[in-house]
Amino acid sequence: MTGKVEEPLAPSAFGHLRRTLTSAPVLIALTILGIAILIALLAPFLGTGDPIAIHPGERLKRVSGAHWLGTDAFGRDVYSRVMYGARISLLVGLGAALASVTLGLFIGVIAGYFRMLDSIVMRVMDGIMAIPGILLAIALVTVSGASLMTVVVAITIPEIPRVVRLVRSVILTIRDEPYVEAAIALGTPSPALLLRHMVPNTVAPLMVQGTFVFASAMLTEAAMSFLGVGLPPEFPSWGNIMAEGRIYFQLLPGLILYAGLFLALTVLSVNVVGDAMRDALDPRMARKL
Amino acid sequence: MSLKWRKWSPVRTLRAAAFVSAAMFVSAPALAQTITAVMSSGLRVMDPVMSSAAITNTHGYMIYDTLLGTDANHKVQPQMAEKWQVSADGTTYTFTLRNGLRFHDGAPVKAEDCVASIKRWGAQDVMGQVLMGLVTNMKVVDDKTFQIVVKQPTSIVLSALAKIGTRTPFMMPKRIADTPPSQPIKEYVGSGPFKFVASEFKPGLKVVYEKHKDYVPRSEPASWTAGGKVVYVDRVEWVTMPDSLTAANALLNHEVDFIEVMSYDLLPMFEGRKDIKVEILDKLGLWTYYRFNFLYPPFNNKLIRQAAMYAVGQLDVLKALAGDPKYYKTCVAVFGCGTPYASSYGEAMLIRANIEKAKQLLKEAKYDGTPVVILHPTDISSVSTQPVVIADALRKAGFKVDLQSMDWQTVTTRRASKKPPAEGGWNIHPTNGPLVGISDPLRNQAVGTNGSRAWFGWPDFPEIEALRARFAITSDQAELKKIAEEIQKAVIDEGVVVPLGQFVVPSGYSTKLTDVLESPVRVFWNIKKGK
Amino acid sequence: MTTVPVVGTVALVVFAILRLTPGDPAAIIAGDSATTEQLEQIRVHLGLDKPMHVQFFLWLLQILRGDLGVSLISGVPVSGMILDRMGPTLALSTTIILFSVIVAIPLGVIAAWRQGTVLDRSVTAFSVLGFSVPVFVNGYLLILLFSISLGWLPVQGYKPLTDGFLPFFVRLILPTLALSTAYIALIARITRTSILEVMGEDYIRTARAKGLKENAVLLRHALRNAAVPIVTIIGVGIAHLIGGVVVTESVFNLPGLGRLVVEAVLARDYPVIQGLILLFSFVNILINLLVDVIYTVIDPRIRY
Repeated sequence: MTGKVEEPLAPSAFGHLRRTLTSAPVLIALTILGIAILIALLAPFLGTGDPIAIHPGERLKRVSGAHWLGTDAFGRDVYSRVMYGARISLLVGLGAALASVTLGLFIGVIAGYFRMLDSIVMRVMDGIMAIPGILLAIALVTVSGASLMTVVVAITIPEIPRVVRLVRSVILTIRDEPYVEAAIALGTPSPALLLRHMVPNTVAPLMVQGTFVFASAMLTEAAMSFLGVGLPPEFPSWGNIMAEGRIYFQLLPGLILYAGLFLALTVLSVNVVGDAMRDALDPRMARKL
Repeated sequence: MSLKWRKWSPVRTLRAAAFVSAAMFVSAPALAQTITAVMSSGLRVMDPVMSSAAITNTHGYMIYDTLLGTDANHKVQPQMAEKWQVSADGTTYTFTLRNGLRFHDGAPVKAEDCVASIKRWGAQDVMGQVLMGLVTNMKVVDDKTFQIVVKQPTSIVLSALAKIGTRTPFMMPKRIADTPPSQPIKEYVGSGPFKFVASEFKPGLKVVYEKHKDYVPRSEPASWTAGGKVVYVDRVEWVTMPDSLTAANALLNHEVDFIEVMSYDLLPMFEGRKDIKVEILDKLGLWTYYRFNFLYPPFNNKLIRQAAMYAVGQLDVLKALAGDPKYYKTCVAVFGCGTPYASSYGEAMLIRANIEKAKQLLKEAKYDGTPVVILHPTDISSVSTQPVVIADALRKAGFKVDLQSMDWQTVTTRRASKKPPAEGGWNIHPTNGPLVGISDPLRNQAVGTNGSRAWFGWPDFPEIEALRARFAITSDQAELKKIAEEIQKAVIDEGVVVPLGQFVVPSGYSTKLTDVLESPVRVFWNIKKGK
Repeated sequence: MTTVPVVGTVALVVFAILRLTPGDPAAIIAGDSATTEQLEQIRVHLGLDKPMHVQFFLWLLQILRGDLGVSLISGVPVSGMILDRMGPTLALSTTIILFSVIVAIPLGVIAAWRQGTVLDRSVTAFSVLGFSVPVFVNGYLLILLFSISLGWLPVQGYKPLTDGFLPFFVRLILPTLALSTAYIALIARITRTSILEVMGEDYIRTARAKGLKENAVLLRHALRNAAVPIVTIIGVGIAHLIGGVVVTESVFNLPGLGRLVVEAVLARDYPVIQGLILLFSFVNILINLLVDVIYTVIDPRIRY
């Protein structure tokens, strides 16, 4: 047996994938994401100043030659903060996505493959899902203090159960396939079984789920900042720029809107790409919750 | 920025229709006159002796009354007391209560209630503790009279009982006042101008007060906490709104009548509105300051403390905090500017940032790079700004700064920790407090320097304690001023507490409300509500 | 059943996390001028000086008696506080779910029906748009438009149903709109993909071959069969609703459980937090049960 699985990637699907990924909306989305990544990487070279330096004498100034997007309540340059904010926002999104997908894969494989552990693991996942994510997030941040790491962990944990379910259902479906039974009969050791037959099948749904976690994480971070338990001010992110600037919404809407525009476009693009991937790879993925 | 919607009649018709149908379904408007006020925080803790929270104290003034009051000239005036007499040698004070004082449950107020209330309060309050330390005996003479006997003549008997600000000596029924001071009271009955409506109380959300119909106000005009407390409305409802933008919009839309604390930056939303008044009701305002932790490096070193004090400029902090100079003023007096014991010692060091001098002092002190842990609360706007500015200033001067963000609740716990900063302690704690609470060396907790029993930071300077003790037993005004000046000098030199300036907070209210009293505490008597 | 172990695990986990947090309620009760000694006194009075496992055990005993305890901060019974605040959250959640389902499913059906066309793409894009902005921005925009500029709706506040239907309803409109966009996006997308999936099945071809009109095919056969994942996502989404509800309740000043959660955690009001966690767990389990029941109604093939 070559280990190639028969599940969705039939030849026609590749064509479908290519067509979907090159359709107009998706291309636009990918471009936007590309721009966001470039901004994150090149922030110091984009005409920015120090994003955390405060100038109390220059508070709440409008757009000007010196401050391309004005200043915030501490006199910090909004343009610099928004540019550097790309780094933190994307990091939060990426961090939460990678962490939830990796941990979810690990736990889901265990639950799906080892029947004895399935019950316990799923009960624990149910338990985690029963706690409102926001409560968990606040509690975690207060335990360990606000930092990039804590916030990412706080956002990741509530996302894990859904990934676990996804992985587990894939594993369960495949576990009973005849070729797997054959492989077991042939004496294939478990790790090989897992790695060669089962895990590859999870890649596609995980990629899709990952994109959604990415998008959702950036928004959750904004909500956490809104509630006062988000990233500390030395780490400007689009989320906390918006949260900090929110009371000026009706007087100086730019404070929310500039960062909000970048955030919305990025989240939108990630969602569009994720949707397209899901459509292309297997419409049946929607069932695997 | 406001969008104006002009003459499109379908909109108007729709709106009219909506309002008409709304009127049909809405229950009959209450005939009671109600003031709806958005207060600075939610009321959860109801015991004004156990808790020093400002909102709890404001609540206290609603439902309790005080033996003595303070008027707008800072003078002690009678309130529940009809009169008092001091013996010739100055050690025995005899207080006589007014006629007609009743608690909300109908029972008359008796001298024994007052004695019990003073005892409970005296156990917890810093000024009360000084008072009780001098008291040899308190006894009930008859239902309307009681005596306080002190070791030696002191002005503190009157000034403590007339205390305005946090932890006020409110009078409660004896059965409630007999609750041990570390346990919360469970019944909320007082003799004040408002009654607490327990059935409508939602902790942290809403508090409802009704006019106490049997309250007998004094005949003098109201002035701060002295004079007649006449209530002209039927109900006062306090609501908590977590979002200040929503609160401002609610006032604009006349969904509430009064906002206790308006965000400075939202004031432009109210410019030019004839139906809303923005006013500073507490003209004394608040002072903001920070504490060093004296127990651990680097601030156990006087030179390094001074380096920090030179690095941080009041102007920078105040600009970031309040924005418009109308609302702040620099002030280095630890007893508050505009008060009898104000002093200007320390202006050169504290008002403007002097980074060069700070760097110089750091070098002299051989600062070794020990990180400075600054506690930064993120969820309360009046204390979340200062730490950021201080951190920035210290970094510029060459300090290594660890600005730790957390919620206010965590701050209040961490500052109480005497552990090393790296293990859950701290080095700098900025905060603020009402100016009325600091106007002399006895009521100002921040200048207490009795080491481990002092307020957080635990400065230990017996010389300052000696000065405070002397202050307590001196009566001569000139002498008192001199002692206060000496305390100011010592406090500033050692950095016992570092003043960051004073600011006032504007309140906003609908012009339907008139005769709103100016006072350091927010009071709701005297206010009339029109149509 | 599995209910008890789940709830038990949850209770234990939350209890552990909370007790590990730095910060104790005594400090918030005592206020700014308290000394270390006063804090300690209050802590003793609240029973917080006892070892953790003792506290947990005492709390469990209390729960089994049906007593959720009293708030550490205000002394008010926890069950009373929760009952008081349940109304707004329940009302808001119900209107959000109803509104989202009513709007999203037709949107998803249309998008599936016209798959690949501009209509499909725009419906998808539009539904995702509302999802891309943090809820509080949605809220502020809605208030600015409908309350301040147009003056049609109140800015904030909540009136219970007992005060009249219209005052109750009018105050729920903006909060519902603010939070529904995310939910609508979710449901519409799942509806679309589910239906697309189902459309390829044999029985659809049969129905078409029988001469059934396209909308009958869509509505009578496709939708019913696609319902399972849609119902699932609605159920799953409810659990995620609380996060958005917290922010919405803050912006629109609704005195609900969302705000209570945040306040209680920030104040370390352990009995309230513990009571709320129990409540949420039960609600979650209830919803899962309900969803399972609906499955059997929709899809006779599913049996337990």
